[in-house]
Amino acid sequence: MFGYEFMRQAFVASTFIAITAGLVGVFVVSRNMSFLSHTLSEIGFAGASFGILVGISPLAGMILFTLISSIAVGSLSSESSRREASISAISSLFIGLGILFLSLSSESSSYATNILFGSIVGISGHEVKQLLILALFVIFIFIIFYKPLSFDSFDHLGAQAAGLKTRFLSIAFLVTLALSVSIGAQIVGSLLVFVLLTLPGATAKYLVHTVPKMIMVSVGLSLAGVWLGLYLAFITNWPVTFFISTFEVIAYFCGLTYKNWKLNH
Amino acid sequence: MIEAKNLTKQFGSQVVFQNLNFKIQTGEFLSLIGPNGSGKTTLVKIMMGLEKKSHGELIIEPAQTIGYVPQFRNIDLDYPLSVEEFVRLNLKFTLSPTKRQDDNELIKEILEKTGLTKIKDRPLGLSSGGEKQKAYLAQALLNNPKILILDESTASLDVEVKMQLMDLVQELNQKYKLTVIFITHDYELTKKYTKRALFFKDKTLIEVPVKDVSEDMFEMGG
Repeated sequence: MFGYEFMRQAFVASTFIAITAGLVGVFVVSRNMSFLSHTLSEIGFAGASFGILVGISPLAGMILFTLISSIAVGSLSSESSRREASISAISSLFIGLGILFLSLSSESSSYATNILFGSIVGISGHEVKQLLILALFVIFIFIIFYKPLSFDSFDHLGAQAAGLKTRFLSIAFLVTLALSVSIGAQIVGSLLVFVLLTLPGATAKYLVHTVPKMIMVSVGLSLAGVWLGLYLAFITNWPVTFFISTFEVIAYFCGLTYKNWKLNH
Repeated sequence: MIEAKNLTKQFGSQVVFQNLNFKIQTGEFLSLIGPNGSGKTTLVKIMMGLEKKSHGELIIEPAQTIGYVPQFRNIDLDYPLSVEEFVRLNLKFTLSPTKRQDDNELIKEILEKTGLTKIKDRPLGLSSGGEKQKAYLAQALLNNPKILILDESTASLDVEVKMQLMDLVQELNQKYKLTVIFITHDYELTKKYTKRALFFKDKTLIEVPVKDVSEDMFEMGG
């Protein structure tokens, strides 16, 4: 399958997407932000449609929208119930906007399907380069803030008590989350990018008990999912997202079962 | 030594406390008592630099590290980190192998000190209330603080576990001359472990020797 240029590109792009999503996912789960990452992917859809409408790239539109909204969320009240409610209101609005932007632009409906559900053929060499740079940027931010971010994500009150600048960390994290959503959506699609951003991290939580190990397991499951997904999509011509989400969901339930089994033994 | 001179805190026009004057000597073990909402946690936050004072002075000499064990933690049954990894969260980032070696030694020592060595690999979420409190304590002790502030750390524990935890704190206080400020609503523990109480009443703070601490001081909203 590597005889095809588009498959090679899809493979490189997915590898970096999986590494980023697996890494970021551990923190999404520990910060209880699964729901927010879902909403950001819907906002990303609106951003991509907006990009098409005004003639910038869908990726640029996505980054623009997700960055602005993630910073807005970071400045919202830290009251989590209120945050959840505002997020779901915002999410409905953006789905609506996304559909409006698409209908105003002259692109065909298959383009919308690609944004929403992802595609392995839709990615160009130029876009792969953009993804690589963004993914490396996200990984770089994580290396720099690894210690304080782990502290804040796994023990927010302890981090506050130790005098960490938790508000700054929260915004830095949301920015990387926004970027991860935008890059992940290129292959998996904006509707299901949160699969990669939540499930491997959640599975890792059931299997291992240190932050570095959780990152390794999460990145491993994420990579296994996209590689397997690409291969199966190539030989069956079925959507790649279907295989990725099925794999991650199965892994998640295996992890949950393992944890429950271990609790009883 | 910690010394407050006419220390006042207000949020807008609402006065939390005013004109606090007190001294805490190095190596003291004292309790900070008073009804809910009387300003205990706010005072502690000012000591730690997490909140700004409105007027007056607060001197901490020499500039000392404070270990604070907060009142609430979000540790549920699914919390994934092991006891050791949880304690480790408070370590500073380092690339140096010698520093890393030192950190490992330090972790080992703290786990030993707090009696957590046996359960260090167990997920914290599956540990008992007392073990969790010990882990919080261990994490706060990691940066070698000279002052330790316990914010109602014994509130949800049963009597025997409470005593164990307090015995441990007392040992640390005596062995390492650790100043301990114990925020509590527990009359028995105040009597048994502390020498002196700082009692919040009518927006100010009264110093009470432990023999004069009475049960009714814990009844107002406690």
